[in-house]
Amino acid sequence: MKGLGELERTIMDILWARSAPLTAREVGRLIEDRDLAPTTVMTVLDRLSRKGFLNRTRDGRAWRYQPAASRDAYVAELMLEALDLTGDRDAALTRFAQAVSGSEAEILRRALTELEDH
Amino acid sequence: MIAAAVLAALATACVLAAEALIRARWTWHAPRTAILLWQSVGVTWGLATTGALLAYALEPYGRGVVHGLAGVLTTFSYGVHDLRDLVRLTALVAGLALLALLVALPLTAGAQTLRARRRHRELLSLIARDEPAVPGVRVVDFPGAAAYCLPGLRSEVVISNGTLSLLSPDELHAVLAHESAHVRERHDLVLLPFAALRRALPWSRLIRDAQASVELLIEMAADDRARRQCSPRRLATALLRFGTATATLPTPDGALGTLGGTPAGPARMPGRPKSTAGANVMARVNRLVRPEATIPAPHRFLILTGSVVLTASALLLWLIPG
Repeated sequence: MKGLGELERTIMDILWARSAPLTAREVGRLIEDRDLAPTTVMTVLDRLSRKGFLNRTRDGRAWRYQPAASRDAYVAELMLEALDLTGDRDAALTRFAQAVSGSEAEILRRALTELEDH
Repeated sequence: MIAAAVLAALATACVLAAEALIRARWTWHAPRTAILLWQSVGVTWGLATTGALLAYALEPYGRGVVHGLAGVLTTFSYGVHDLRDLVRLTALVAGLALLALLVALPLTAGAQTLRARRRHRELLSLIARDEPAVPGVRVVDFPGAAAYCLPGLRSEVVISNGTLSLLSPDELHAVLAHESAHVRERHDLVLLPFAALRRALPWSRLIRDAQASVELLIEMAADDRARRQCSPRRLATALLRFGTATATLPTPDGALGTLGGTPAGPARMPGRPKSTAGANVMARVNRLVRPEATIPAPHRFLILTGSVVLTASALLLWLIPG
């Protein structure tokens, strides 16, 4: 039995890989772990919807689930924060260093060559 | 009247001290001591400014700020007889408002930060992967250079795929040692009040520069801790590689953009000298490669004592009558 966090990942990956919205039963069939109880899949789908990562629409008596945003969009959201480009310099993360440009980058590049030579 | 005047003088002294600390370079030789001094100057400034207003307002009671305030707030009355009393009443309201603001700001900023981190953590759990080559570190598939720490009870160190290809194993080890230092010393908590003030008063040059100074000092403190576990030279080359990496920028809709130039995002604040980012990297590299003598222990002790005395004096002035 996988942990809930890992199951959330697996399910998101499945839904990201499909273009069409899937029902809980369809998602369950695509999970490799066949012993998984259908209610567990439903619980995880529900959790992901409540967190805003999935949108769901009614289809007869079942719900169909679809990612709220693409995987790339979420990667971008993480990296915008990581590179301090969100505009509000909050203290949410501590970052290693930033890339610079122009004459400044030239100075750094020279310093790097110098250090590598020794 | 004396307490109010001394507190006002103390507040002015704190502003002057902050100006001096922004320009100072000795701080780079003792970043931890300097960070403590910054914290002490900040707290003292808050206590002295609010204290000066309140001490003036409560002077007729002759019982000091703390007891005077307790008296006014419990009886909920403040006698206004002439114009002078009106000025005092204004000072009372201003002092209380400022005090409430200085307490509320870090609290709301803290709540906001916690929300941002929770969202970040949730996204990481869906997207980041573990890499056998770097155990305990989360890796995000992104071609640009990024390495950071998500602080909290369960802190996480995160790097991008691009970082893995940019750095040698030794350099990566150095970067991870640097990020673990942030985690262990909870540098995010040091930054929080400065970031909160900055958000509240975005037009204040002094606060902006103060925040930038503290940010740099924290990086230097983390460099110092990291160098105990890794080669300082490799940490320096890692810094330079990050600094000169082509800036690959994510756009909010998920596409990637490559700019030859500096990240042109809103992070670059107007009025901030353009050289800062590069100059900061060079300053860190220089002190890693050519370590200069640290500040002697007695001097550091003197500075620490001074910090304590500074804050304690503001607290005392809140208590003394008159």
